[in-house]
Amino acid sequence: MSGNEIVTDVVVIGAGPVGLFSVFELGLLDLKCHVIDILDRPGGQCAELYPEKPIYDIPAFPVVTGQELTDNLLQQIAPFNAEFHYSRMVTSVTKQEDGTFRLTTDADEVFVAKVVVIAAGGGSFMPKRPPVEGIEAYENTSVFYAVRKMEDFRDQDVVIVGGGDSALDWTLNLQPIVRSLTLVHRRDAFKAAPASVNRMKELVMEGKINFLLGQVSRLEGADGQINHVHLATDAGDLSVPATRLLPFFGLTMKLGPVADWGLELNDNLITVDTEKFETSVPGVFAIGDINHYPGKLKLILSGFHEAALMAQAAKKIVSPDERVIFQYTTSSTKLQKKLGVV
Amino acid sequence: MKIHVTDQAGVEHELEGLEGWRVMEVIRDWGLNIKAECGGACSCATCHVYVDPDWFGKVGTRSDEEEDLLDTVGDVKATSRLSCQILMSEELDGLKVTLAASAAQ
Repeated sequence: MSGNEIVTDVVVIGAGPVGLFSVFELGLLDLKCHVIDILDRPGGQCAELYPEKPIYDIPAFPVVTGQELTDNLLQQIAPFNAEFHYSRMVTSVTKQEDGTFRLTTDADEVFVAKVVVIAAGGGSFMPKRPPVEGIEAYENTSVFYAVRKMEDFRDQDVVIVGGGDSALDWTLNLQPIVRSLTLVHRRDAFKAAPASVNRMKELVMEGKINFLLGQVSRLEGADGQINHVHLATDAGDLSVPATRLLPFFGLTMKLGPVADWGLELNDNLITVDTEKFETSVPGVFAIGDINHYPGKLKLILSGFHEAALMAQAAKKIVSPDERVIFQYTTSSTKLQKKLGVV
Repeated sequence: MKIHVTDQAGVEHELEGLEGWRVMEVIRDWGLNIKAECGGACSCATCHVYVDPDWFGKVGTRSDEEEDLLDTVGDVKATSRLSCQILMSEELDGLKVTLAASAAQ
């Protein structure tokens, strides 16, 4: 046992709208939460996929954007002082002999909780893998979806693919240390900061980097090491010598490690009951888009309902001997005190 | 009205479409391999299809937002569209599309 364990009542996996609202429902019942999310900020899909898009089916909000919904939820749950841990993925959940759960993250943290709430939506946001045959064999040796250590790229022949800020930023940042750098994009228009695009074009003019219009069609190499990236261009197949490839195609959701936690699954969704939204492992709950039960609708409002019922069951696990009286925030002074409004 | 969808394995499916449905929704409803993770908000590009050249001119044009999203698929062709941006109508009865590899779950 390491001395750095974080001990808490509940760990909530996922800081999307449903994960955030579960903090509210759990908080009303005095349960202390730690929330973990793979993104670097709260909001889940609402923040990553459609922060500016209007949502029309949140009760009492005729229209609200994903970002506004997230901001409102953060304001609503503020009184409960949940602790947030961003940019990390929960890698394992293990039930211990005393009935508590031990969770580990890819940031080498250990959490010990009496209850685990999985509110992971469509799974973990991970880099999109371009549809290039055999690319998996080169991943993390010569194909990378992020730059963790710049030194891995020093004196290398680097091909960067994409037209967004990540592609442009890393083109500018890596150019001084690489042997050669080729930026590949399917068109001569970018969705990136104009200053970065201008700087990139200057570097092309100065002959310091190459820019090619095209898409990656094939990789050539052996034993995890690429040596050529083939591009499909208007002029046909083009082979670019390369020792590193960095595709920046944004993020997509994958179920990820959840699949290995011993929970009963139904077509990549976690099976739960509709009384407590508990999984096949007692003490582990799944709410929101990631769960499955007869009649399930993937709506944010369904997730909110699931959070409320889950919280009642979680309370019984954390405080089995405490008698819980169901109360309304409108009339209960006790609840109002928790919310800091009296 | 019908649409003809060729999946990533090359198998052609004839699907019943309904007026006003998005082509993505028809494909998803029939259980073909389409991720469509943002649910039709033109935010993710995981409902990418190639429209048959004979039909490409009839399905409207890409919006700027759709064009930007096509930067994130890696297998764009001249006839690429996001199928959540094509609405079923009488004029599209018989539409032919092919699911892109980048739309797979």
